[in-house]
Amino acid sequence: MKHLSEYRNFEATKKYLDEIHKITTKEWNIMEICGGQTHSLVKNGILELLPEKVRMIHGPGCPVCVTPLNLIDKAIELLEKGVIVCSFGDMIRVPGSKKSLLEAKAVGGDLRILYSPLEAVSIAKQNPDKEVVFFAVGFETTAPANALSVLHAEKEGLNNYTILASHVLVPPAMEAILDDKLCTIDAFLGAGHVCAIMGIQEYYPLVEKYKIPIVITGFEPLDLVQGIYMAVKQLEAGIYKLENQYSRVVKEHGNTAAIKVINTIFEVGAREWRGIGEIPNSGYVVKEAYRKYDAEAKFNISHIKVPENPNCIAGEILRGIKKPNQCDQFGKACKPANPLGAPMVSSEGACAAYYHFSTHLTE
Amino acid sequence: MENTIFETINLGHGSGGELTRNLLDKVIFNTFSNPFLDQKHDGAIVEVHSKIAISTDSFVITPIFFKGGNIGELAVNGTINDVAMCGAIPKYLSLAFIIEEGLKMEEFERIVASVKKAADESGVLIITGDTKVVERGKGDKIFINTTGFGQVHPKANISVHNIKSGDKILVNGNIAQHGMAIMSEREGLEFESDLVSDTANLNFLVKDLLDAFGEKIKLFRDPTRGGLGTVLHEIANDISKGVFVKESAIPLEKQVAAACEMLGLDPMYVANEGVFLVVVDPSIETEVLALMRNHKRGINAALIGEFTNEHPNKVVMESLIGGKRIVSPLVGEQLPRIC
Repeated sequence: MKHLSEYRNFEATKKYLDEIHKITTKEWNIMEICGGQTHSLVKNGILELLPEKVRMIHGPGCPVCVTPLNLIDKAIELLEKGVIVCSFGDMIRVPGSKKSLLEAKAVGGDLRILYSPLEAVSIAKQNPDKEVVFFAVGFETTAPANALSVLHAEKEGLNNYTILASHVLVPPAMEAILDDKLCTIDAFLGAGHVCAIMGIQEYYPLVEKYKIPIVITGFEPLDLVQGIYMAVKQLEAGIYKLENQYSRVVKEHGNTAAIKVINTIFEVGAREWRGIGEIPNSGYVVKEAYRKYDAEAKFNISHIKVPENPNCIAGEILRGIKKPNQCDQFGKACKPANPLGAPMVSSEGACAAYYHFSTHLTE
Repeated sequence: MENTIFETINLGHGSGGELTRNLLDKVIFNTFSNPFLDQKHDGAIVEVHSKIAISTDSFVITPIFFKGGNIGELAVNGTINDVAMCGAIPKYLSLAFIIEEGLKMEEFERIVASVKKAADESGVLIITGDTKVVERGKGDKIFINTTGFGQVHPKANISVHNIKSGDKILVNGNIAQHGMAIMSEREGLEFESDLVSDTANLNFLVKDLLDAFGEKIKLFRDPTRGGLGTVLHEIANDISKGVFVKESAIPLEKQVAAACEMLGLDPMYVANEGVFLVVVDPSIETEVLALMRNHKRGINAALIGEFTNEHPNKVVMESLIGGKRIVSPLVGEQLPRIC
């Protein structure tokens, strides 16, 4: 696979790390938006190779982590009603208010773990006497495939396929973080794969409004250190602009075919973010014309609302106010096998990344 | 009755009656005939003149046929390797089937043939066994349990507690291949060339190592479920020492690495068959590596790391770019039911 070795190359990465050390004179807080970036930073041990003055703040870009608790309970309710629930693997261990999807499966729920929502459409076709729901979570990145599954179901004339959608958008989340009085962020690494779909145009206004550098960045070690270098260079020069480190994947206008599919099925609306609360115009909701494919509309589950675990500080973690190892529960009451909140579960969650990979463990 | 050809296994084949006898005679005794089994006792009677190592394992893999093997040879190699990891020479195996009714007779026969082939290649005899049939829906085509018995090598002194700081860790070959072969089969993924399971017996290489180095070999371990990462973590915890490994030293085939990337899996936690790690005294690391690389089961052998008194109970890996990270044990499943 091309790009696997050259972007993990020791010399190339070291060159940028040396440059970062050379140009850094002041303290900077840089937030990487995407959980995939957090994971890569920790897994490759990049954090400790950066100058002490360059602090990475981990952003809210883990779809599993920001999916509200009541969505999990809704999916479990569907399983208990005999619905076949299909999900990406990451969601299944996230604790709901009483149990996780995995526990609901163990007592008889028909839960399928899939790599693509299109497989869920096939399952619906093979099980005409059963209802099939795909747990459609994610940022802009997964929205096209989830929307496409609805178009496929429509084309096949299926009446037993719906999606339980919880799609959230990156730019409104960045605004919410920047509007927070406690925010200390000096620059952003933009989420490369989100921008591969959406393009980068939405980010120009953010740069201007908040006078903050944004560097759209990839996920490999070389991508990340180059993105950090570009951000620090701007900060040290006292300038702010939008830059695209990940230009081999991200184009100015994104993937227009994918955007068209998204806009066919979804429209922008208010969404609840786990740990952050409701943000206006921050997610996708199923359009009126496709409401028959919306699980919330089809099944009587909209009333399900549950409070978060008060001991979990996921909200502060997701807003970058605290780091995972600054949580009293981290590694004690809260571990991947027994998580209090989603960031300890998902492979992209900041808490799980720290727990699994970080050598900074205090114990 | 004897001339009746059954295309599928039914409940009658597990009744203990004539159908059972028929199946056993035609498929089992015919295939595995040897002086111990041919006694047709309820159990086997063997003579033992040394310390013995015993290991049992159940095999519930889906799919039962996969690229590079099937559940039959897996059930032999898996248990033989567990016996070998004790520093023993595997001699005998028990063989128990739990078959779901409806399994095609042809498939059962293919599995039995592959059990036979794997047993012959490893030099072990099937000396006792059992066959049960369960109703449709109460099994998953076929489950196999095998128990292996082996004579402990006279020069072997295998124990996790013999490990000292500075001892070296080697693996005999590319990791994660079996798990990814199963995964790609199950998910219907296609790659440029097939990912093939590396299920294989390890007993001959283990014997050669013990013949040559005896007590300087501290530990053998095969990182099957949970993968290399989980096993290293277990050992570190057992003896309160640290493990330091280099990512760049861990042998990983390009295609397997690509498949892991695509599915978002970490090869350190992917199941292996035909792979083992060996912990040795640092004075023999070069000779051990040379011996392994000269053996057909160790062509890609590599020195991947060492034990240390720093960071006790933790496995620390130096990444390709020179950063460090913890390798924590696998929580739950990375791949559903892989072996």
